[in-house]
Amino acid sequence: MMADVYAGAENIISSLGFNIAENIANILAVNTGIVLDKSGKYSPIPLPLSVIDHHRLDELFAQNLSGEEKSVRYTMLEKMFIISIKDALRQSHIKISSSDTLIIIASTKGNIDLLQLELQNKFGRERIYLHELGRMIAAYFNNPNTPLIVSNACISGVLGIVYGERLIKSGKYKHVIVTGGDLMSEFIVSGFQSFQSLSMNPCKPFDINRDGLNLGEGCGTLILSSDPAVLAEKNPVKILGGAGSNDANHISGPSRTGEGLYLAIEQALRSSDVHAAELDTISAHGTATDYNDEMESRALSRAGLEKVPVNSYKGYFGHTLGAAGVIEAAISLQSMKRNMLFRTAGYEEHGVSQNINVISKTEEKEINTCLKTASGFGGSNAALVFQK
Amino acid sequence: MSLVIRKYCAIRDGRIRVDGEAVFSYEGQDGFKKFIRTAYKHFQTDYPKFFKMDNLSKLGFLSVEILLKGEDILKLHPAEKTGIILTNASSSLEIDEKHFESIKDRGQYFPSPSNFVYTLPNIMAGEAAIRHKIKGENTVLINKYFDPELIFILVELAFKSKSLSCCICGWVEQYENNYESLLFMVEKDNNNSAEDIIFEPSNLANIYKRNNEDGRINTKA
Repeated sequence: MMADVYAGAENIISSLGFNIAENIANILAVNTGIVLDKSGKYSPIPLPLSVIDHHRLDELFAQNLSGEEKSVRYTMLEKMFIISIKDALRQSHIKISSSDTLIIIASTKGNIDLLQLELQNKFGRERIYLHELGRMIAAYFNNPNTPLIVSNACISGVLGIVYGERLIKSGKYKHVIVTGGDLMSEFIVSGFQSFQSLSMNPCKPFDINRDGLNLGEGCGTLILSSDPAVLAEKNPVKILGGAGSNDANHISGPSRTGEGLYLAIEQALRSSDVHAAELDTISAHGTATDYNDEMESRALSRAGLEKVPVNSYKGYFGHTLGAAGVIEAAISLQSMKRNMLFRTAGYEEHGVSQNINVISKTEEKEINTCLKTASGFGGSNAALVFQK
Repeated sequence: MSLVIRKYCAIRDGRIRVDGEAVFSYEGQDGFKKFIRTAYKHFQTDYPKFFKMDNLSKLGFLSVEILLKGEDILKLHPAEKTGIILTNASSSLEIDEKHFESIKDRGQYFPSPSNFVYTLPNIMAGEAAIRHKIKGENTVLINKYFDPELIFILVELAFKSKSLSCCICGWVEQYENNYESLLFMVEKDNNNSAEDIIFEPSNLANIYKRNNEDGRINTKA
């Protein structure tokens, strides 16, 4: 028999806070974590970025360490993963050291900051490899399984959840910890700058005046399980299914027609046995680049989802790359549990060709079924369905 | 549900094999770039975009190209039900270093979009998808070794979720002159051919091992 898969115990580490309560409080107040960064650390010119409090991360991490662990040095990203997973574990009853628990890590660039010689000398060159980062995380928690590491650009986080759901449904694992994280770096910032896809202001998803994305760093964690009791919630949310697709069109630009994302949505609904009419809300990718948001509006329209309230959380955290899918899924779970639609920060005037229903104010609404989507470089798309 | 390997393609040590048979061998000792270019020409591939790709994507692209040579994949399977699931160890480290060099010095700051886009390992899957118009699920995962069990589980689960009717899957690893790929074309078993190999971890492991052993023997000879 196929097992049901439940999701919860969510954590978010972002510019808006280090746990769910802090992040949601800021979203309810429509505070953005995107601020003009003049440090020069990430770019020769000042840029609006969404950066976490590194000092707080260090302090929190030091408090967490036992004597033995202090002898091992962890990179900033590894610290972020560890603290995020620990917070998720506190909200659940799973045993992470058990062989029936798998860790899935989603990251686009991992410890890419170790390309700097100074950091490489400190941590060792080996740690640039994502599998070595995975080994460090698993070893920290005494988890006996080799982590599954998804590195699939901006859809890594959503794909990580999709794979976690499949691994539990098939009975391969009882519990899966899905964590997605990426750090701000000059590596990433300079690349997006060279594509001219960065906005000089806090981004405006689906808005007529949108002019690009903001980059963010952060980490999100969810615990998936076949046993709802371990999630310590009255009515844990289920993951029904998910799917991926490729535009087969262009490696760095989204398809004009939205066909790829449409295919991922259709397949995700089919594998979840859910009809489009059952969806109460959609958490879209919504980077606020001209092409991406237009593509998404076409895909949603084509899937018959124009009326479903849709938001993008990029106006709060920026685009956190490999973390984005998990962070946004975590907020979607909150949205479902609280029966609340959260406003799309930055959205004022409708600016995509299709008449999609972008959420412009925070309000109560009964939410039972939610679609999460993501799209990214390489023409990749992914979608998954949550239900109460 | 049982799955079969319709075809497989292995690249290693200047040699390319399809279903265990040598189809190309490059005797030069001048590294990956020369090898891959010579192989590209040998298979009469006409795809100018190839020359813009980073080395990892070149290896991934050509591996898929040779695997699918003579197969009309879109006649066999719907585009949206044909997926690509790849694993590798080094991600896109070689082009990552190149991009990093271009921004190391603020006085000579020249990040290039054509390099940066390849600093994501899944671009190799994207390039193959564009070339063959394959629109199904595609994923790149990072693992230290070629792991038959990992590839088997993920591909089998993708089939079970009803997402796929065909999957190109395996291992594409490249960093400087160290390179290796082993790709499988996997389908549901429809009893078309008695020669089909069952898609299971032990068979993946045996094919990988045999290819490596052959490589060594040939290198000595």
